[in-house]
Amino acid sequence: MFGKLNWSAIPFDQPIPLVTGAVVLVAILAVLVWVIAKGHLPYLWDEWITSVDHKRIGVMYTLLACVMLLRGFADAIMMRSQQAIAYHSQGYLPPEHFNQIFSAHGTIMIFFVAMPFVIGLMNLVVPLQLGVRDVAFPTLNSVGFWLTATGALLVNISLVVGEFARTGWLPYPPLSELTYSPGVGVDYYLWSLEISGVGTLVAGINLVTTVLKLRTRGMSYMRMPMFCWTTLASNLLIVAAFPILTATLALLILDRYFGFHFFTNEAGGNVMMFMNLIWAWGHPEVYILILPAFGIFSEVVSTFSGKPLFGYRSMVLATMAICVISFMVWLHHFFTMGAGPDVNAIFGIASMIIAVPTGVKIYNWLFTMYGGRIRFATPMLWSIGFMVTFILGGLTGVLVAVPPADFLLHNSLFLVAHFHNVIIGGVLFGAFAGYTYWFPKAFGFRLQEGLGKAAFWFWLIGFYVAFMPLYAVGFLGMTRRMQHYDVADWRPWLLVAAGGAVLILIGIIFQIAQLVVSIRHRDELRDRTGDPWDGRSLEWATASPPPVFNFAIPPDVRGEDAYWGMKSRAQQQDLTKHEPDYEDIEMPRNSPTGFVCAFFATVTGFALIWHIWWMVAAGLVGAFATFVVFAWRDHDEYVIPAEEVARIDRANLAERRALAGLAGRA
Amino acid sequence: MSDEVQGFDNRADLAPGDEEEASIGSRLLGYVVGLGLAVLLTATSFFVAGTNLVWQPSIPVAIIVLAIAQMGVHLVFFLHITTGADNTNNILALAFGLLIVFLVIGGSLWIMANLNHNMMPMDQLMRMQR
Amino acid sequence: MTDATMAYADGDPHHLRSAAAHVGPASKRIVTGYGFWIFILSDMVMFSAFFATYAVLLGQTAGGPGGRELFDLRNVAIETGFLLASSFTCGLATIAAGVRSKTWFQIAMAVTCVFGLAFLTIEGREFASLVARGAGPTRSAFLSAFFTLVGCHGMHVSAGELWLLTMMAQVFAKGFRADIQRRVLCFALFWHALDIIWVAVFSVVYLLGSAI
Repeated sequence: MFGKLNWSAIPFDQPIPLVTGAVVLVAILAVLVWVIAKGHLPYLWDEWITSVDHKRIGVMYTLLACVMLLRGFADAIMMRSQQAIAYHSQGYLPPEHFNQIFSAHGTIMIFFVAMPFVIGLMNLVVPLQLGVRDVAFPTLNSVGFWLTATGALLVNISLVVGEFARTGWLPYPPLSELTYSPGVGVDYYLWSLEISGVGTLVAGINLVTTVLKLRTRGMSYMRMPMFCWTTLASNLLIVAAFPILTATLALLILDRYFGFHFFTNEAGGNVMMFMNLIWAWGHPEVYILILPAFGIFSEVVSTFSGKPLFGYRSMVLATMAICVISFMVWLHHFFTMGAGPDVNAIFGIASMIIAVPTGVKIYNWLFTMYGGRIRFATPMLWSIGFMVTFILGGLTGVLVAVPPADFLLHNSLFLVAHFHNVIIGGVLFGAFAGYTYWFPKAFGFRLQEGLGKAAFWFWLIGFYVAFMPLYAVGFLGMTRRMQHYDVADWRPWLLVAAGGAVLILIGIIFQIAQLVVSIRHRDELRDRTGDPWDGRSLEWATASPPPVFNFAIPPDVRGEDAYWGMKSRAQQQDLTKHEPDYEDIEMPRNSPTGFVCAFFATVTGFALIWHIWWMVAAGLVGAFATFVVFAWRDHDEYVIPAEEVARIDRANLAERRALAGLAGRA
Repeated sequence: MSDEVQGFDNRADLAPGDEEEASIGSRLLGYVVGLGLAVLLTATSFFVAGTNLVWQPSIPVAIIVLAIAQMGVHLVFFLHITTGADNTNNILALAFGLLIVFLVIGGSLWIMANLNHNMMPMDQLMRMQR
Repeated sequence: MTDATMAYADGDPHHLRSAAAHVGPASKRIVTGYGFWIFILSDMVMFSAFFATYAVLLGQTAGGPGGRELFDLRNVAIETGFLLASSFTCGLATIAAGVRSKTWFQIAMAVTCVFGLAFLTIEGREFASLVARGAGPTRSAFLSAFFTLVGCHGMHVSAGELWLLTMMAQVFAKGFRADIQRRVLCFALFWHALDIIWVAVFSVVYLLGSAI
């Protein structure tokens, strides 16, 4: 009746997941009860859960990322503390548990922190920067978000119902085959990622189409903000790479569920084919993550240096070059797994070549800063921290791109230090820069600067203290994923690294404090004009937060740095005196399609994991029914009358005029 | 500042799959010609695969060439992908997709062949030496 | 005011003012069609992963039967004929939708549906007979790859059939509304793309598999 599911799935004998699960469950219930008791549920349902507004969806993606960052970081603290203790000792985490922790850590951080964070920021900002009202497919956008949330939910359920994969964040066969992983752990991983992979693909299609087909009048390709170019490149990679992930995980599912022989040891299966395909996805994946971060830095560095971005054309070229070359390097993830020197050499050289366009970008950012009037606000601090840190990580990357060197360093902690160096220093720092930069736009008030700076410094110093020792210990021969060890030389480094994790923890506490304090003091921190940073691109032309339709009148773009041009012209010609002709605006209706679809996806995914076949059928039927119901609706838009548009716009213009008058700039 | 923008370009793109407005007759003809060409190419493909009349080593190449031709017929006559200016975006997207397809298939074949050769089990290698 | 400041005020500091300016967001039909085109390309990449797997595992028959013993080219020819014909009738349905003729649309779609079902029936029977002969997907890596590649295409055709029926119902109930026209465009793209993939499948899997 319930497949493989029975009471033994709940970890009554393992205190850590049991207690954690209980605490989290109680917390979730408490929040739910509070929300319902205070009567917030209709608001949440109408304005957020069923929203098809890209700004709301972007915020929800980012919120998901931040919450999952806490879970992933908890895993990290556990790993660091285990390795600090487990010298000539078993530590406090038995191997079966430790293996699940590092697998969950990687899976969550890549798929449910980094991806949602960058997709959230792209969702929030790109339509505003392009001067349009929403992305190409608003309801599909909602579907994509909720499917991603489904994946995150399934991974978290595995903590308390069943187990998670013990294979690492990429489930290499034959360990991940049924013979050696007979439990549900790998199945949780597989279905969670197949489902959220659909969500990611949908976001990719949405953003590619938005950038290519929806730009306001006058915004040709060479006038787009740099963030939109990197969005295009990143989402082209999503569209090109995620199908490979879907296919490869499907092959493993077929092996596990139906006894196929793709990656088995017998009947002709080829284990290396999994490695080959998964990294053909895996390498573009890291560029999917870093390219939006590069775009954020272009925006932040240019704004806070008060100068247009240096070398716009070369930036575009570098971005598209990275996009294409990223599909030609994937073998460097398995140099040591049997390829000959000719194949290794070619992929090694390609991996070094791809560092060149990144170098071009770094020089362009530096030249943007040179001669500018730099303001060291928190986003700018994150950017400078990124530049130093990412260069270091990139250099170690070029080092391991040399096949003979990689033969010594593959799967050592040197490698672990390298990829954390570039992902934290690159993607996460970029996400934090974007978060602090665009927070006022999303919510209408700034984040408290002092706490933001404190958070930055603890993160930066904590990162170095946590990961530089790992380079050292990698050189000393320590392999990754060790549950215990008895080499005395490694111990001091691992202790320091644990200290670094504590520093990062303090940084995170500062970030949480910053959010709480900023919300409390939001009136003092209010952004009244919509342009708190003296920005250069179109998102700063709207109110904070923007009205649902973004722009009352679609802007007419004359050049790069469109909003900067408008501000300069407005100063010269005092355009604020003339009121535009307001018209009715049609906006897409909110829809529960995304949420309901994800509900059925969760049911189907859970049922597939536990082999509850009748529930699978029910879930699939439900999903199809949702699709048909959505397709059948007659009214998919609603009209905002011109007077309402005018009222909203006039209010914002009045604020801007008042503040400009105060500043003596009218 | 004048409001006129230099070199205003009024051309519109076509959605992929759409063709320029034309009479029913010419549209029908397009599909009929496409069907005819496709049938011809498919039949040739099947013939080449089964016959002894063709130089045997050329058969794989011939089948692949014929397959590419058939895909071309589909793209042109059924999907209306042309080289016109209104189709540029559609072709660029297709070209990107094809690039990825070739990288994945070609790259995988090359890598896996290399791996299989280098990781050949010792007894198999010995058998090859004899 | 100097040229430099004018350019700066215009937000065009690098004088990149392009010759062909942009008229604004594209129409809904173009946006929808293009988005679906991108989806089709992503689907092609997914199929290429299955093709790559098939090509790599081609020789791994684990002592069992290979393509030469198993493939019946007569069947494949008939399947191919049905799918190609269904592509043609789908094109007719597109023309009918273009001139807003409900009758011809429904007829053309119904014929497309029947041809598609014929394809699926023949393929289903082929799979069943292979399994009955002990040449099912669990026999060897080659057969796993074969069943997955061809089966994935068959699943896409099946999903397409569901979509086809939904489109017939939609046009029947609501006529040729603009959003339904967009969906017909997307359906046609999907159906033709499936035939393109089938060309690759029968050429590489069946024809090359029998000839080599």
